[in-house]
Amino acid sequence: MRTAAAVLRKDLRLELRTREAVPAMALFALTTFVIFHFGLDRRSLEGELAAGVLWVTLLFAAMLGVNRLFVAEREQGGFDAFLLAPVDRTAMFAAKAAGLFAYLCAVELVAIPAFVVLLLGPGPGAAFPELLLVLVLANAGVAVVGTLAGALAIQTRARDLIAPLVALPLLVPVVIASARATAPLLAEAGAGAFPAKWPLILALYDVVFGLLAYAVFDYLLED
Amino acid sequence: MSALELRGLGRAYGERVALREVSLTLEEGRTLVVFGPNGAGKSTLLRILGTLLRPHAGEVRVLGDELPGDAWRVRGRVGFLGHDPLLYRDLSARENLRYFARLYGARETRVDALLGELDVLGRADEPLRTLSRGTVQRIAVCRAVLHEPDLLLLDEPTANLDPAAAELVAPLLARGTRVVASHDPERGLHDADVVLGLRGGRAEIAAPAAQVDVADVRRLYG
Ligand SMILES: Nc1ncnc2c1ncn2[C@@H]1O[C@H](COP(=O)(O)OP(=O)(O)OP(=O)(O)O)[C@@H](O)[C@H]1O
Ligand SMILES: [Mg+2]
Repeated sequence: MRTAAAVLRKDLRLELRTREAVPAMALFALTTFVIFHFGLDRRSLEGELAAGVLWVTLLFAAMLGVNRLFVAEREQGGFDAFLLAPVDRTAMFAAKAAGLFAYLCAVELVAIPAFVVLLLGPGPGAAFPELLLVLVLANAGVAVVGTLAGALAIQTRARDLIAPLVALPLLVPVVIASARATAPLLAEAGAGAFPAKWPLILALYDVVFGLLAYAVFDYLLED
Repeated sequence: MSALELRGLGRAYGERVALREVSLTLEEGRTLVVFGPNGAGKSTLLRILGTLLRPHAGEVRVLGDELPGDAWRVRGRVGFLGHDPLLYRDLSARENLRYFARLYGARETRVDALLGELDVLGRADEPLRTLSRGTVQRIAVCRAVLHEPDLLLLDEPTANLDPAAAELVAPLLARGTRVVASHDPERGLHDADVVLGLRGGRAEIAAPAAQVDVADVRRLYG
């Protein structure tokens, strides 16, 4: 735990200093919403379409963060220095996933209001706690799978391609569950019934992939 | 107990064989100097000894522990100084070393002590990308010895250092058991207790330093 905290603190400090991940992700999300705003030729979105646009955009924005996640470790040799240390290697996984989770939350802090202003018809006011729950669960899933894919890709040459190629198919269930869960929240006639099934599926996904990642991460770092 | 025992060590990268049939022993407290032209396999050997690469053939014991099986016991007891400084460019020297002190379980007070010893305290808070290669190399030396390792693995440790800086780091790198990759036959032989001369991944020389002279080493490069 102390190791993971040290790695995470170092990563957040680096991100604050270099601003390589979060601004790019946020800018991507904003631009996409603007493009949808003009491209869709309708004044506003609601329900399933709104949920779909939101989650696909957030997912692609997340891929930008995934691609940056291990670059400093690889290019500046932090990986080797970490591998030489007498510490549990899954600490690196925990730290990276926590970092990506934090990046996603930061991006959504900007992207969700922009989405509401640019695209959403009905205000999401009443459904806010449910939306928050789905965001947190989805972020956790993306963080776990994204970290796994990033670690896998970093050893390969075409890593900017490999990471999304590995992560996106694995994240399809997250998109489906998140979109289904949020669609009624974004519906025109006030918030529809919030189906408890989808958040449960998201939570299950998070647990399964969390355990899986915990089990295999060590091997990804071996030469 | 010997600090290093290699028997028939081999390592390949895909099809390319980087080391084959390397055997030697090194007693505790002694210095092994590894010579060889570019691509001879020096760095590969050091990375294997540091547990960063797995051996593909033969037996390797480092500080009494078998690699790769007991690698976790070796980690933290070796100090590794490679071609790359293994430091973050956007962090300062102090931030880098504090981070690694935590990872390696070293006392944080050692950070400033070492920075002072290598005369970089004045620039300890600037990001590394604004420092010269030689200054970064000094900080890398601090990183390698932070946790007072039993075995030092040094890959051309003075490559970027001016003579004064080389003298400054010498005492830090002159303790314990050492494996040093070098391209300087005179200096290398002077420091060595045991000499390993690699060429194309093979050990052309593996002998006590007393039995090797400068001409033998030069022949490796010829
Ligand atoms: N990551 C790698 N992938 C593929 N081949 C590699 C890799 N690293 C080294 N090699 C090959 O292994 C051989 C030994 O390389 P190594 O870096 O150990 O040589 P060296 O003696 O340290 O050379 P130098 O004096 O240039 O530092 C070379 O043929 C090199 O091309
Ligand atoms: Mg080398």
